[in-house]
Amino acid sequence: MNQIVFTFITHSRDYMLEEWMNLMKENADERLINVVSNEMFVQTSAEFIDMIISNTRRNNEEFASKLSDFAEKVVRLGWPLSFIIEGLHKFTLVVINGMVMKEQVTKDNQMEIIYDLDKWTSPMKQEIISIYTQTWERTVSLQKMALQELSAPLIPVIEGITIMPLIGTIDTERAKQIMENLLTGVVKQRSEVVLIDITGVPVVDTMVAHHIIQAAEAVRLVGAKCMICGIRPEIAQTIVSLGINLNEIVTKNSLKKGIDAALDWTNRKITKVEE
Amino acid sequence: MEFQSCVKIINEWDIVAARQLGRNVAKELGFGTVDQARITTAISELARNIYLYAGRGSVCIEKEYVNGKSGMKIIASDEGPGIQDIRKVMEDGYTTSGGLGAGLPGVRRLMDEFDIDSFPSKGTKVTAIKWIR
Repeated sequence: MNQIVFTFITHSRDYMLEEWMNLMKENADERLINVVSNEMFVQTSAEFIDMIISNTRRNNEEFASKLSDFAEKVVRLGWPLSFIIEGLHKFTLVVINGMVMKEQVTKDNQMEIIYDLDKWTSPMKQEIISIYTQTWERTVSLQKMALQELSAPLIPVIEGITIMPLIGTIDTERAKQIMENLLTGVVKQRSEVVLIDITGVPVVDTMVAHHIIQAAEAVRLVGAKCMICGIRPEIAQTIVSLGINLNEIVTKNSLKKGIDAALDWTNRKITKVEE
Repeated sequence: MEFQSCVKIINEWDIVAARQLGRNVAKELGFGTVDQARITTAISELARNIYLYAGRGSVCIEKEYVNGKSGMKIIASDEGPGIQDIRKVMEDGYTTSGGLGAGLPGVRRLMDEFDIDSFPSKGTKVTAIKWIR
């Protein structure tokens, strides 16, 4: 790196930190100001500037570990990526402005200095972006896994009676999984009656209804009876308005009523034991 | 136009985003739970149509104030293949995708006003309004 730039950056840390924070606060959006306290902002900003400066010392290993620590921290704090990239850009501006003020930039060396700064900040930018996206990708894939885990359990309650509670939005992938779990489970557990509870499904549109109808039909084909429970009044009204035909399927408004009916179908009932 | 917000429909999860937006606006406007369910279901149908048939498009929500009535307008538009025979898709049970064929006629019944415009190979625009009773 150019010697003048290097000396400037390593010797005017406090000046740059202050200038940079002022610039960033001017442009920061409210979202960030709301989530980050002032102390936190000052502390993290100092860390950011120190990190950038440490990169001039050409100790790549130290820089890399500092950078990933920093990126992890800002991701946890909820700083947007755009803010960090903006920050890096502003930092370059601060350096150039500072050097112009000190009259270290002349007509002869200005292009060289700008190229130099660019060469120095570009890899940093790349690295920050890639750490950010890695973190996001990881979060997304973990959440996808978590979602799949709570997808569609089939729960045996009493011999011959099983319940599948559905919670959340049903998309094509989940619908497939529901069908698979339902059929393998019914056969494995030798269920006579399966209750599908849709209390936790926020919207029942034609696609969801279609999948439920198909599931019920498939359960019938493997020799069990199927019942849909937990149809809330507003869902009932929308199903009627949509003109969806659920006549072939037994429906109940609550899981309790469904279990009562299921016991009835299997010729059983729950009684209190006399002491 | 006082208020408009849009959700782009590109993948299946955008349907959920559109629905969520609709539910929030409906709640804000003071619709009851049954009407909220109707509105969200209608948005779900329209957004799914975009996703299934056009691939991409957008769902916009507007607040409507006319003659002292207030309501909510849903505009679902895309630049997809368009609908060949509108009369046919408005019939119950007509489907080209193996579904129930209740989507568009269902939306018409769920909402108070309904309008559909479609040009083959140019795109489709569905506008539907629900008034607060």
